[in-house]
Amino acid sequence: MTKEGRVSFFSTSIIEDIEAITNTAAGIIDLSTNQFAFAVPIKDFTFKRTLMQEHFNENYMESGKFPRATFTGRFTDASLAAATAPGSHTFRAEGDLTLHGVTHRVAVPATLELKNGQLQAFATFNVAPADYNIEIPLLVRENIAKIVRIRVVLIADPVATPGSRSAVAN
Amino acid sequence: MKTLLPFFLLGLGTLLAPAAYAQTDLLGQLEEQTTDPQKREVVAATFKGTHIINSQSVETPGKGTMAFLIQHRFGTLNSGAYNFFGLDQAVLRLSLEYGLTSRLAVGVGRSSQEKTYDGFVKYRAIRQTTGARAMPVSVTLFASSSINTLRFNLAPNEQERTTASRLTYAYQAQIARKFSPELSVQLMPTLIHRNYVATAAEENDVYALGGALRQKITKRTALTADYYYLFPGNTASNFRNALGLGVDLETGGHVFQLHVTNSLGMTEKFFIPQTTGKFFSGDLYFGFTVARNFTVKPQI
Repeated sequence: MTKEGRVSFFSTSIIEDIEAITNTAAGIIDLSTNQFAFAVPIKDFTFKRTLMQEHFNENYMESGKFPRATFTGRFTDASLAAATAPGSHTFRAEGDLTLHGVTHRVAVPATLELKNGQLQAFATFNVAPADYNIEIPLLVRENIAKIVRIRVVLIADPVATPGSRSAVAN
Repeated sequence: MKTLLPFFLLGLGTLLAPAAYAQTDLLGQLEEQTTDPQKREVVAATFKGTHIINSQSVETPGKGTMAFLIQHRFGTLNSGAYNFFGLDQAVLRLSLEYGLTSRLAVGVGRSSQEKTYDGFVKYRAIRQTTGARAMPVSVTLFASSSINTLRFNLAPNEQERTTASRLTYAYQAQIARKFSPELSVQLMPTLIHRNYVATAAEENDVYALGGALRQKITKRTALTADYYYLFPGNTASNFRNALGLGVDLETGGHVFQLHVTNSLGMTEKFFIPQTTGKFFSGDLYFGFTVARNFTVKPQI
């Protein structure tokens, strides 16, 4: 598990590129049950522009009402035990992505690799703000992409949790 | 007893639930591990901009952000059709504000009224927080000095005005609380020091207490009001308390603030001790403030 996962997102349009980043994403991957859970505090995203960050929290994500984004589910296509073998392995992470209080079922390809006793997880996927009731006013519609690209980098340390022992410890 | 039974069952349910879901509820585990009861979060965006109507707000431009403000006041609405209800006349203030840190900001401005230059410093001494040991209010300290650069037509026996006599200072504490995402209220105890006053009846020091509020009506629009109460005896009797009512409209990188007020001036030295308009007799100046933010130093 980790509390310092890095999540960044990019919106590219003809007018401007928008980028934000946080290093406070929390994630837990259970190699024995194939399950995972991630939580990202919305207020922790840092933007290049301070005003943009304010608008992101106040107007778009409404982080006062919806303080975190979560993604929970399981790896469906293969047993995660395979990730303990050397090299990187790609899995299909399927689950519920909750953003701005709206939940959708999504499938995301994720790459896992066990390195120096830590589980590294990488994923990139796309999200359409419109799917999550994130309203973009007409005046800035050309500035914000219809599809926002999200990148996740987690480096998780092994933990023994009560009830389900993380297989990373093996 | 009968009415208590459902609660008892509910209580039993909550007691049993963690055991039943321990195997599968990874998100619950995650939340347990990451929730820090000691964590305090700063309350952001108490006001939309660095100005409310006449008054400045507790807000400062973010670190590395330069704000360019255009403030405009037309003539009074009751000045008649001949003056196109005030639109023929215009007073302007241009200013630049820069956030040196997330707490400290500096600014300069130029008002067309009395050809006045002003410079100010704002420091966010206390910030409202939520969480454990929450701070209920934000406090920003504000100090400005202004210089009148008008050429004077001196009467034969009149002294030339020295630089010192052209200066005015303003000191203010802005105390604000965001009561809800929609409602913010601010109080502003203020001291204005004028090195030179027009008549012997006026004091050099003027004390005032300001109040302001912001009520959002949609995500991007809000109603605003601000008011300054002059403590009696420091200004000549023709000067009045300044009242402003306005609307904030927000678009991407701009905030448009439209308002009516009985004050023509847009800095503390004008609107606190020198407001002459009678708000309810229609001496209303229509005005607007447009703020455009530029990122000088990106945060990432």
